[in-house]
Amino acid sequence: MKPAPFEYHAPTTIADAAGLLADLGDGAKVLAGGQSLIPMLALRLAVFDHLVDVGRIAELHGIERRGDALWVGAGTTEAAVGASVEVASSVPLLAKATPFVGHFQIRNRGTLGGSIAHADPAAEYPAVALALDASMDVVSSRGSRTIAARDFFDGLWSTSMETDELLAGVSFPIWGGRCGFAVEEFARRYGDFALAGVAVAIELDGDDRVRRSALGLIGMGSTPERAVTTEAQLAGQPVTEVDAEEVGRSAVAGLEAVPSDLHGSADYRRQLGAAMVARAWRTASAEARHG
Amino acid sequence: MGETTVNVTVNGRSCEAVVEARLTLADFLRETCHLTGTHLGCEHGVCGACTVLVDGAAVRSCLMFAVQAGGTEVTTIEGIAAPDGELSTVQAAFRDCHGLQCGYCTPGFIVSVTAFLEDNPSPTDQEIREALSGNLCRCTGYQGILNAVHQVTGAARGEEPA
Ligand SMILES: Cc1cc2nc3c(=O)[nH]c(=O)nc-3n(C[C@H](O)[C@H](O)[C@H](O)COP(=O)(O)OP(=O)(O)OC[C@H]3O[C@@H](n4cnc5c(N)ncnc54)[C@H](O)[C@@H]3O)c2cc1C
Ligand code: FES
Ligand code: FES
Repeated sequence: MKPAPFEYHAPTTIADAAGLLADLGDGAKVLAGGQSLIPMLALRLAVFDHLVDVGRIAELHGIERRGDALWVGAGTTEAAVGASVEVASSVPLLAKATPFVGHFQIRNRGTLGGSIAHADPAAEYPAVALALDASMDVVSSRGSRTIAARDFFDGLWSTSMETDELLAGVSFPIWGGRCGFAVEEFARRYGDFALAGVAVAIELDGDDRVRRSALGLIGMGSTPERAVTTEAQLAGQPVTEVDAEEVGRSAVAGLEAVPSDLHGSADYRRQLGAAMVARAWRTASAEARHG
Repeated sequence: MGETTVNVTVNGRSCEAVVEARLTLADFLRETCHLTGTHLGCEHGVCGACTVLVDGAAVRSCLMFAVQAGGTEVTTIEGIAAPDGELSTVQAAFRDCHGLQCGYCTPGFIVSVTAFLEDNPSPTDQEIREALSGNLCRCTGYQGILNAVHQVTGAARGEEPA
């Protein structure tokens, strides 16, 4: 139950961190809040020769408006995201997801970037990032690039970042107009990873028709999933004529890798997922209609 | 491999030592500072027994390395009561309400509840339940703990203890 020995590095700039990751190669791993990595090290599910602690890099912290998106530095703690007035007003879906992320003691250390880089399919932030078409700013000593959320989560606990790359920040598009947002999930105990859940965003036009919607499914596959077929079917429909239960059934219909374990079979999770989608759809559409 | 000097202020006292990078803050507090009030139940972030305050924020000390705590101020359960030993309001409420039996989980609950009520002095019952969800207790069934928190928040509102 004790991590294996490692060499500790605490760079104070992104450039230094990127340099270390380039020099140290595969034996190095980024350490952020440690709320996912340290349990894995303690259980010896993972062993690294070098940990590069990005917790002292000031450039990785912050929440700021950049054009029509809200940029959140990767090192911003989940607690800071939850407490931010800017997040609550510009990206309500992110604010609504935050209380579901672990417990307050976890959120005091855990970071937004750590959660997204860890890419747990049952985590809330990856599903929100996918639903809102967020983009990830990634930096290495070779340069920087932006990865769209749909190209970022490429497998169980896996992303399209290379091992020498650092996630610097995430930009969440700001939805304006008549919008509604909701996150619903079912967990065995408050704060546990969800058995099934969803993050829903809806925008209506002036005639109460669905202009666009986004459904990010939590815990329903080996990556966060997006119910794109359902979203396409909903576009243009009068929201008062949409049956929330049908949205739920449709959203889970095409899923191919619903997990199954001692906490619940794939069938059970599918039903649960459909129920969560229906519930979130009702809340989000009511918010979009009535503000 | 990986030895570093760290300096942490623990309960107001400076604590400096050369430690292995892999030493958790929990083990640093228990074995280097000899403050064994911080308990370890699971050592992987699930039970909350090891909760301490780092710069005022409640965190799991098993999920932080001592080297990461360098330069911070840490408060452990030993730093919660007054210097003369008088129990804090939260500690007294746990005693009054049978908020503990074996006591193994208690340091983590007391530290978590202390931090939570600092941020939110008049929480709803739902908020209290959510705040307690990060700590496990195998004995009490949680009712005594819940009552203890209600006693503190009720007293803050000027109500008579139940
Ligand atoms: C008891 C418990 C319950 C939890 N429940 C939930 C939950 O319900 N929902 C949920 O979403 N999460 C939950 N978590 C996980 C928590 O949200 C973590 O904080 C988060 O997943 C990881 O963030 P971190 O900053 O702690 O990252 P770390 O643990 O430090 O790192 C996680 C991974 O991301 C990589 N990484 C971190 N930062 C970067 C970066 N900037 N660039 C590149 N790679 C990086 C690391 O190398 C590592 O592989 C829980 C954790 C615990 C202990
Ligand atoms: S010992 Fe730290 S959470 Fe269990
Ligand atoms: S009092 Fe025994 S574990 Fe809580």
